[in-house]
Amino acid sequence: MMFTVAAVGVVVTMAMALARALIGPSVYSRILAVNVFGTLAVMLIAIYGFIDDRPEFLDLSIVYALINFIGTIAVTKYVTYADMGHGDDGDPAGDI
Amino acid sequence: MEAALDVLSWIFIVTGLAFCLIGGYGLLKMRDMFARLHAASLIDTLGVGFVFIGLMFQVGFTLVLAKLVIVLLLIFFTGPTATFALARAAINHNSLPAVDDADKKLAAETKSTDRSQGGIG
Repeated sequence: MMFTVAAVGVVVTMAMALARALIGPSVYSRILAVNVFGTLAVMLIAIYGFIDDRPEFLDLSIVYALINFIGTIAVTKYVTYADMGHGDDGDPAGDI
Repeated sequence: MEAALDVLSWIFIVTGLAFCLIGGYGLLKMRDMFARLHAASLIDTLGVGFVFIGLMFQVGFTLVLAKLVIVLLLIFFTGPTATFALARAAINHNSLPAVDDADKKLAAETKSTDRSQGGIG
């Protein structure tokens, strides 16, 4: 019961994030919404593991969290420079 | 003991879900990308944090608890990092935060008082 309520709440929030990703308007808003969607997917996978009484799903959560972070950074960099191999141009704060 | 842990779980999970829903609503309603970043950070930190702490009460001291802690720490550190990178990329490329007249007036007043006091501005 508890986990079902949690899963429903997470799915509703995922729908909101997906709506923002669809209506945009700027590309950075879309990236932000997809990032949030990924974070909520991590939560949903973990909660589903509890619903089904198979905690092994947490391993998938870990992998999904890692891919979500790398993916957000990569898409941000690609959108900004149209080039994944762009250097930091001597900027001490880095390339993004 | 079992019932007490269940009650604690309920409290934490419902709090986390409230933060998630508020964050999602803000993501839809805020007027520009930088305001939406605030709402998104709410989900990344408080929403995920409370829900995962609620889940932790259900598992006891097992390997599952360690995995929950790992996922929680991962999201705690990567979420703000991704938000920062996104905000910096947006600032560097064309989109600045939207300001209205009240904001501009406030900025002008702050600047003039700094100058009169010899502040760093």
